[in-house]
Amino acid sequence: MLSLFPLLPLVMMLGLWLARSPRQVRAVMATGSSLLLVLAVVLVVRYLGLREAGETAPMLFTDSVVWYAPLNIHYAVGVDGISVAMLLLSAIIVFTGTFASWRMEHDVKAYFLWFCLLSVGVFGFFVSVDLFTMFMFYEVALIPMYLLIGVWGSGRKEYAAMKLTLMLMGGSALLLIGILGIYFGAGATTMNVQEIAALHNIPLSLQRIWFPLVFIGFGVLGALFPFHTWSPDGHASAPTAVSMLHAGVLMKLGGYGCFRVAMYLLPDAAQELSWIFILLTTVSVVYGAFAACVQTDLKYINAYSSVSHCGLVLFAILMMNTTASTGAILQMLSHGLMTALFFALIGMIYGRTHTRDIRQLSGLMKVMPFLAVGYVIAGLANLGLPGLSGFVAEMTIFNGAFQNPDTFHRVVTVIACTSIVITAVYILRVVGKILYGTCDNPEHLKLSDATWDERLSVICLIVAVAGLGLAPLWVSDMIHGSVSELIAHILS
Amino acid sequence: MDYTSIFTLMRAEVTLTAILVLLFLYDLLAGERARRHFTAVASLLLALQAVATAFPAASGELFGGMFHYEPMHAVVKSLLTVGAMIVCLQADGWLRDAETRHKQGEFYILTLSTLLGMYFMIGAGHFLMFFIGLELASVPMACLVAFDKYRNYSAEAGAKYILCALFSSGLMLYGISFLYGTTGTLYFDDMASRIDGSPLEIMALVFFFAGLGFKISLVPFHLWTADAYQGAPTAVTSYLSVVSKGAAAFVLFTTLVKVFAPMVEEWQTVLWIVTVLSITVANLFALRQHDLKRFMAFSSISQAGYIMLAVIGGSSVGMTSLVFYVLVYMAANLAVFGVLSTVEQHSGGRVCLEDYNGFYRTNPRLAVLMTLGLFSLAGIPPFAGFFSKFFVFAAAFRSGFYVLVFIALLNTVISLYYYLLIVKAMYITPSETPIATFRTDRYTRISLALCTAGVLLLGLVSAVYDGINALAYGL
Repeated sequence: MLSLFPLLPLVMMLGLWLARSPRQVRAVMATGSSLLLVLAVVLVVRYLGLREAGETAPMLFTDSVVWYAPLNIHYAVGVDGISVAMLLLSAIIVFTGTFASWRMEHDVKAYFLWFCLLSVGVFGFFVSVDLFTMFMFYEVALIPMYLLIGVWGSGRKEYAAMKLTLMLMGGSALLLIGILGIYFGAGATTMNVQEIAALHNIPLSLQRIWFPLVFIGFGVLGALFPFHTWSPDGHASAPTAVSMLHAGVLMKLGGYGCFRVAMYLLPDAAQELSWIFILLTTVSVVYGAFAACVQTDLKYINAYSSVSHCGLVLFAILMMNTTASTGAILQMLSHGLMTALFFALIGMIYGRTHTRDIRQLSGLMKVMPFLAVGYVIAGLANLGLPGLSGFVAEMTIFNGAFQNPDTFHRVVTVIACTSIVITAVYILRVVGKILYGTCDNPEHLKLSDATWDERLSVICLIVAVAGLGLAPLWVSDMIHGSVSELIAHILS
Repeated sequence: MDYTSIFTLMRAEVTLTAILVLLFLYDLLAGERARRHFTAVASLLLALQAVATAFPAASGELFGGMFHYEPMHAVVKSLLTVGAMIVCLQADGWLRDAETRHKQGEFYILTLSTLLGMYFMIGAGHFLMFFIGLELASVPMACLVAFDKYRNYSAEAGAKYILCALFSSGLMLYGISFLYGTTGTLYFDDMASRIDGSPLEIMALVFFFAGLGFKISLVPFHLWTADAYQGAPTAVTSYLSVVSKGAAAFVLFTTLVKVFAPMVEEWQTVLWIVTVLSITVANLFALRQHDLKRFMAFSSISQAGYIMLAVIGGSSVGMTSLVFYVLVYMAANLAVFGVLSTVEQHSGGRVCLEDYNGFYRTNPRLAVLMTLGLFSLAGIPPFAGFFSKFFVFAAAFRSGFYVLVFIALLNTVISLYYYLLIVKAMYITPSETPIATFRTDRYTRISLALCTAGVLLLGLVSAVYDGINALAYGL
């Protein structure tokens, strides 16, 4: 069943390749992405059902086929609560992303082909439990970004695309050597994440070398300071759906990888060296928020906000207790949804006004009330208003982080907490400036509100954000078991 | 001696010689109409030869140990034949030019002679045999490089190639003479037991390595590469960069493992330095190139460095990774060269990076094929290059060369940058005068289809790797 996730986008690619007109391309995408969403929902239901029935194995729906026997490489899949949540998130974003770029005109077929390849990588990464397969899918997800940004992007797209690709590939070079280190360090008998964790036999001296490499390797994608600089440029230049998918899902690959590979497989070094990365992530959180305050481009604001929020994810998993890590997963979901909502809305506004400069936008509430209200909701979720997803996640994280009894952890927690206030500053500034007041630009008065496809995309995301905010318990129950198991292993 | 075993153990050499003779006769006797199908005939014969060679027989030796046969040799030889066949397919358009038309037969005979030389190098069990093979592989190659003799560049490249080749052969002979002096034999098998790592033998190793380093174009023996690649006809360049290099890399592996086994620490040190230099220097130089043939020259030098990662451990895993890497590199590089050469044919000789601006708009299919080839060279999944790179890294890592692997990995990022420059030119940069839309000829299309199938399938389907692995041997 799990193999369907990477397989379906592949089938979609085949369909796109055969499609003759933009109409057919859209039909393929709409069908395929809806099927993915249905598949993800079915997976969640079945997963919860099995857990309800008392299934206690850490990974469910496992399957494994020998691929390259001499190196013990398997095509191995399996999911726990965390990956199920991530798959659901990815499916939602792919679905809404499709509709957000519904009216794309320029070479739409090739655009969606690369978009689907990106989804293959994302879904494949979350279902695999074999280090090699995981790494392969990870890289599959990175490279289409170059063309998606370079060809369909805006602004300084060539520079941004190259910077993003090279930085992420640099990260994956570190990652690759780390993975080889883990594999050979654990006796070169298996590439399976669960089995390596069970062996627990990598000497501490080696762990000290590989842990920073793997953590930074994934951390680059998770916008770890000071390796985050690809993110603002990349997100600002990318086309709407790509920004959504990239900030919404791809950056989560980083956090997920840090947790599942770096910390889970190299637990002793993780405990010993976590303080370095805690400091870096604290900087990410606060610096990202401050940087967002002074930006004038809507996408840059949101990109720096993503740096801050993704920093919080890494910050939380480094706190190494169940509460904070559950918060981290919730934050991944929450940030994924709301940032996708943001980028979708920014794309829609930009498509109409042809500017993202907040100094040139004002009074849009009267002109396009639907988009404006969506923007306000996204903003409120971002600054952590109770009832929306951001609040639940951040509350859990800070609560968990403060549970650490020592001064160091508590001080950094307090520092990181300030980001909540700073977030409010930049969100409210933007909302006030571009949505309220009078509309100064007469050209903007003629603009129309959202079309049906845009409404569909926005409403789906708002429902998800509000759903996560109002009823977080079923999600946190789903991930709690898996998180506590990982944490127990890391601390053992 | 049992003469029938010549036909089993020397199957590849015998059939290739037969093809040489057949093509020679065809060239002499065929009329104007039949000559039109020269490419088809040659490629078909080579394809049959590759199939006939591929099935491994039991290992054995001939002529009192002058010639060795291992099942792995069959695989490598058949792989080289496939490479040569694809080159022949791609050369078709160029060979139909008015200037080269009457030389078509010569092209095949020269190409296949070098191929035969490589076969003998691979099968050699004695340094004399080895040297004959090496010369047979080098001298006709110089003719091929200078094939467009009325073009100054080509003639110059030919002269450079032959001078460098002779110099390196001289060095190698000098090294071999040291070996003979210290061990009193030229047989590989005897030599391995008599080598003790005395200073003279270290000198011999260095000279021998320099000679082969030239063939593989490793830094610092690479100075001829860029000029020869640029000047030679594109079909010859692709042959040089793929078949010739692949054969030499395999031979380096087998001789280091077979003959120099007692000096493993010495040659590992040499290889370590040469690998780092090859990868890094070539990558840095590639960044500055505008002529795509020169560009591919530096790319191929750095790829040679990656191949050395598989050699350095000397393990049987290393041999598997090496042969697999060469196979994948062949598919990817020939895809890129196929596009380069057909574009050169149809656009009046445009081979610069700037010429490819806007290429995707006018020739989307070729642009996509080229992209796949480049991504595979850069080691991007799900293309085969990712797998082959991973395996050579794993092979070197297994032998404990952590720092070397790390340096090589950082270099993949640099190489990705310059491969992306071509992708960027094709897809993103607009152009006033893009290369006009054209239809590629049938043979090029077949060759590109083969290469693309290789790039897409070799990695995802593990059967080929497993097949190679079953036959590998090492220290």
